[in-house]
This record gives sequence, C-alpha cells and structure tokens, in this order.
Amino acid sequence: MNLDFTPEEQAFRDEVRAFIAENYPEHLGDVGLREDLSREDFLAWHKILGEKGWSVPAWPEQYGGTGWTPTQRYIWSEENARVNAVMPLPFGVSMVGPVIYTFGNEEQKAKHLPGIRSGEVWWCQGYSEPGAGSDLASLKTTAVRDGDHYVINGQKTWTTLAQYADWGFFLCRTDPDAAKPQEGISFILVDMKTPGVEVKPIKLLDGGYEVNETWLTDVRVPVENLVGEENKGWTYAKFLLAHERSGIAGVARSKRGVEKLREIAANETLDGAPLIEDFDFARKVSQLEIDLAALEITELRTLAGEQAGNGPGPESSILKIKGTEIQQRLTELTLEAVGSYAAPYYHSIANDDGSNEYPVGPDYSAHAAETYFNMRKTSIYGGSNEIQRNIITKMILGL
Amino acid sequence: MDFNFTEEQDMVRDGLSRLVREQYDWETRRKAIESEAGWRPEIWAQLAELGILGMPFSEDVGGFGGGAVDAMIVMEEFGKGLVVEPFVPTVVCAGGFLKHAGSESQREEHLSAIIDGSRVFAFAYAEPRGRYDYADLETTAKKDGDGYVLNGHKAVVIGAPWASHFVVTARTGGDRRDREGVSVFIVDKSADGITTRDYETVDGRRASEVYFENVSVPADALIGEEGGALPLIEQVTDEAIAAQCAEACGAMKVAHAMTLEYSKQRKQFGVPIGKFQVLQHRMVDMYTAYETAVSLTYLATIKLDAGEKERKRAASSAKVGVGQSARFIGQEAVQIHGGNGVTDEYAVGHYFKRLTIFENEFGNVDHHLKRHVSLG
Repeated sequence: MNLDFTPEEQAFRDEVRAFIAENYPEHLGDVGLREDLSREDFLAWHKILGEKGWSVPAWPEQYGGTGWTPTQRYIWSEENARVNAVMPLPFGVSMVGPVIYTFGNEEQKAKHLPGIRSGEVWWCQGYSEPGAGSDLASLKTTAVRDGDHYVINGQKTWTTLAQYADWGFFLCRTDPDAAKPQEGISFILVDMKTPGVEVKPIKLLDGGYEVNETWLTDVRVPVENLVGEENKGWTYAKFLLAHERSGIAGVARSKRGVEKLREIAANETLDGAPLIEDFDFARKVSQLEIDLAALEITELRTLAGEQAGNGPGPESSILKIKGTEIQQRLTELTLEAVGSYAAPYYHSIANDDGSNEYPVGPDYSAHAAETYFNMRKTSIYGGSNEIQRNIITKMILGL
Repeated sequence: MDFNFTEEQDMVRDGLSRLVREQYDWETRRKAIESEAGWRPEIWAQLAELGILGMPFSEDVGGFGGGAVDAMIVMEEFGKGLVVEPFVPTVVCAGGFLKHAGSESQREEHLSAIIDGSRVFAFAYAEPRGRYDYADLETTAKKDGDGYVLNGHKAVVIGAPWASHFVVTARTGGDRRDREGVSVFIVDKSADGITTRDYETVDGRRASEVYFENVSVPADALIGEEGGALPLIEQVTDEAIAAQCAEACGAMKVAHAMTLEYSKQRKQFGVPIGKFQVLQHRMVDMYTAYETAVSLTYLATIKLDAGEKERKRAASSAKVGVGQSARFIGQEAVQIHGGNGVTDEYAVGHYFKRLTIFENEFGNVDHHLKRHVSLG
C-alpha cells in the first residue's frame, strides 16, 4: 500500500502540465463567476482539447477516449484545477455521450459523438420537472407516437445553460399505463431548434441565469431520436446519474479553493493581525483541510477499485455527499473571510462603467457571496444528498 | 498508488480474524477482563507464536520485516474483537523506541524478548498535570554517577499491571514544558522505589498510577540522546496514533454492523426500525463516517515514513477525523439500540466505551486540531 505515483504517472503529469501551460486560453485564466462567461468562453478549452484528442478521456478508445487509467484521469483533473480551468461541460461529455455509445445505435453514434467530442454541439439535460424533482420517475412530459414522429408535450425545469444548447436529451413518458412509473419512460434526443421548444431563464440567488424552464409544446421529433428501447429510458437515466456522480467530488478544485482561502485569510486582518492567525478561524480551515484529505483518499480508493475493474458503484454517492459538503463549506469560509465586503452586489457595481475592475473591496471579495449562494445547488442537484443517502441505504446497507 | 495488501498481509489478517473469532468470543472476553489478571497471557503467547509480535521489526533482530501497514492490519482486527492485550504499548511504543533509537545491546536485550512474548511493556508518558503535552513533565531523571535517579508520578499507564518493564519519559534538564531536556528510559518494573496503584479502565483494560521514588537506573537505561528525545517521542506516538486509529476503525466497523443488524431485527410500530428513513440516513452517515476514518487511517499510516511535517499533519488529521467519527458512531450505535444500548449485557455499549477512551489517547480532537493549525 502506498500513495506514490509511478515514474510513468509523474511523466504523464509533466506532459499534461506542459500542454495546459502552452494551450490554455489566457483570457480564461482567473474566471470569477462562471455564469458571466460567453458561449465561446465555455467552449474554448473544450475545442482545443477536442483537437488534441483529450476532450473525452473517460470514453472507450473506439469512441475517442484517451485510454487513460483512472489515476491518469485523476492527475488530469488535478492539473486542470491548478489553473482553475473552464472544463468541458458535463452534459455532452459525461452524460449523454456515454448513454449514446452504450445504448444508442450506430447512426446515433455517428451523428452525435463527433460533435460532443469537438465541442461543436452544446447539449442540455431535460430531466427535472416542476412536479418531479427527487421523485424523478413521476415526470409528466409525454411523447406520443404519431407515424414516424413522437409528439412531445410538457415542461422541464432546472435545464442548465439551455440558453446555449443545440440539442437536449429528455426523459418523456411513452407509456402512461405502465405498471410502475419507472417502466413507461423513454430517453429521447431533441434538436432545440425544433418548433415548440421554448427556453425561459430562471434568475437565481446570485443574480445570474444559469438554469431555465424548458417548455415543450407539440414538439415533433423523428422516432430515430429515441435512444435504446422505448419505455427503457429509466435504466439509461440511472446509468447516466451514476456516471454524473463520479468526479462530482471535485477534490482537486476544492484543494485549489483552500489555497485561495488561505491567501485571502492571510490578507484580511482581525485585531490587527492576519485573520489566518486567529485560532477560531484557523481551526475551521484545518477541519476543512482534514475532511478534504479524507475525501481525497476515499476518492483514490474508489479509483483504485475502478482500476481493478469495479465500475463506479454506489460508493460514488459518498463522494457526492462529502464532496458537495466540502465545496459548500469552502464557500462559507470564504464568505466569512472577506467580512463586510461580502455585501456589495457585484452585478450592480461592475455594470456602472462597463469595466472588469471591481470598484469596491479587494478583488477576491467580489464573488464571495454570489459563489456561496450559487453553491447551495450542489447538495440539491445530481440527486439531492438525501437521495444519495437513500441510494446508500438500499445498495450498501441493504435496508 | 496502490491500496492493495500483499498476500502475506492478507494471510495475517485472516489468521488474526480467525483467532479473534474463535478465541475472543464475547463471553470468553468478558470472563477474561473480569478475572483477576484482566487479560490472557496465553493469547499473548499465541500472538508471539503467529509472529504477530515480531511483525514490524526487521529480520536482523528476529522480526519479520513488516512495517506500519502490518501494524494497521493487526490493530484493525484487534479493534473488531475489542482485544485488550497490550500490542500498542509493547510492540508499537516500546518496540518503536528501540527500533528507532535503541543501541545494539538494548535491542538485543529487549527486542527479542518482545518478539518471543516474554517481555511486556507499558508506556509511562502521561502525568496528572501534563495533559497531552509530552514535554510537560514533572518527573525528573537526575544524573547520579554513571546512571540516573528517577522521581515522579506517571498517570493512567495503560497495561502497567501486566508489564514487566516501563518506557518512561522524564526531564533531565530544562523547564517544565521546554522542548529540550526530555529523555526516555527503559525501567524494570521491579526496580526499588517503584510503586503502583492498579485499576480497571472503563473500556475493559487495566492501568496503573506509577510512582517513582528515587529509582536508580543504570546509564544504559537511557534510549537515544539525553535531553533530545522529544522528536523521538513524537515519532513513536504518531505511530501509536496510526495503530490506534486502525483499532478504532475495526471497532467502528463492528459497532455499525451490529447496529444495522439490530435495526433489521427490532420491530416497532409493526415494522423493523431499519425501515424508518430517519434511522436509515443516520446509519448512512455512520457508514460515511467510518469510510472517512478508514481513509484518514490509511493516510496516517502511509505518511509515517514521510518528512516530519507531513507525518505530523497526517497523524493529527487522522486523530481529528477518526476521533470525530468514533464519537459519532459510538453515540449513534447506542442510540439506535435504544434501551438495550445502555445495558452492560449488549456488546455495542462496550464498543462505544472503547471508542470513547480511544478519543483521548495520545491527544484528543481539540489537541490535534491545534497541532494541525500550528503546522500551517
């Protein structure tokens, strides 16, 4: 048992670090709030990685994956976190992509996988509905067969960044009479330009527009957009959620966040001394670092299991719970660290002269509150942390 | 990066697991801890025979060339069975001092006796007013001719009633809490001037208050450098912390499993209480706390041979995280067992008690958070 990286893994780290240093877009070097990015900004790194062949590392090699081991992928995410990189969004790369190459037909693979790899096509996720959150299987959006089309009607919500999306993957009810709610659901790909698709932004606590309502009114979709079998969509949806959870721990990014927090706390003062020298504050930072160290080892243990051939199982629910708790605690402590300058509403100030300068407070304080508010989402999305506990209850504890 | 165990390590685990299962069942354990001796020397002899007592020592002193990971495996199995025999004081602590700083003749004299099970040690470091500071010593060792004379009072010396020898920390110079001036001695328990007051501990072990009154020891009782032993003590106690964290992991694993099993059997309102979501989520949180503890124990164990700062950070991280998990799991296990959890008859309460005392050994959560902060 050891935590050392092999010489080959060290060499790999050097290689990817050099590649990132040379190729990562300079203007995306220290992004504060991600929701202020343009579509092009979101896709910039993705497109560069697409050309390099590194945009979908976890995919099977035959579909364009890199063939990296889980450890190499871990190193890759660590190196990207070091520069706070704007990574390819998960909706294509980690969600619909794996569903298509696992359950889709050859035509679907040929049509959709290249655009996901290259970053040309933006995907969004049509799962949640106003009445179907944690109880996702109660979803009401219907897809009714009409000749060689499905006609979709319903309302989806929390559709992340759908304002930029070219395509979406939607869970729709195709058999309203199925014995169990899970059994009548299908997984359908929808071109977001199809008539009847309407995206309405939802303003969030941080003032940004990260998610949307997506209304579907008599949307006609060719039947070849059905993935896998009709009424088997729940199986694919669950497969997707398990994929979504691996990597959700965000260890590398949180480690970078703790470094930043220490910098802020070294700069802020309390009773005439650096805040980080205040024991009450320092012990909260230490506790966070200890919990993060534990999470890192837990993730490495899970990766080692994957490397030995065990897929991402219910253990990924632990990573989701602990990872998001730590991400949230990090934003909480950052908010505490900046003190009074948490209060100014960044959007109202920055827009005055149109510049990127922050006219009040130190730079690092500008997004502390917004980020704290924004990150409350993490324990809610991807299957709320309570749903993760239900999964562990069933799959691990056997209750 | 590798989280696998070697074939030998798997064999050790299996062998110990069998020994605990077959010879350390609940009733046998209860009889043993309630007996006059309070432990079973025959178990100790078996551990020697199986090579467990010699595992962490190199082959040239008669050991089996293992290391910290082997000690972790042993202690995890001991934790599962609430084994009281003094592996940590004898093998990890006394063995550790000898391994790191013993002279050739000291190793020759003591290590082979540890490995063959004939010599049992207790580690007399704590003092009534010293709390968790190894340098906060009122016990003194004054130079006297070639040797030293010891005076002082050592508190809650675990395993002392079973021991033939002590490892004793004492001040040979400097002021009460100075980092300099701390020394370590091996002292024969039968030396003139040593008196003990023996008692049971709440977690089923035995301990003593040990009083030294003008106890003369020869020059070769000193281990390592006179006055410069604090870094050595920190190294050895970090090793003890890693080992005891593994023990706590074993105990937590069983406490959680017992609770889970109980929740499947115990019915209220016409259903097993394990059907209630409020209890399910609590048992999930216990499971997560256990996994957290295992990860931190691995970290502390692997980092024992790293640089000083990294080692200390990892050991303190483990003592904080495992301590917090231990308290949470212990309390919740009792709670979910309801009234049965607070009876002496049910095993779960005894796991709770061991986990409670574990928290305070070699520094509690607050102490190690402070140490973590001080390491920056």
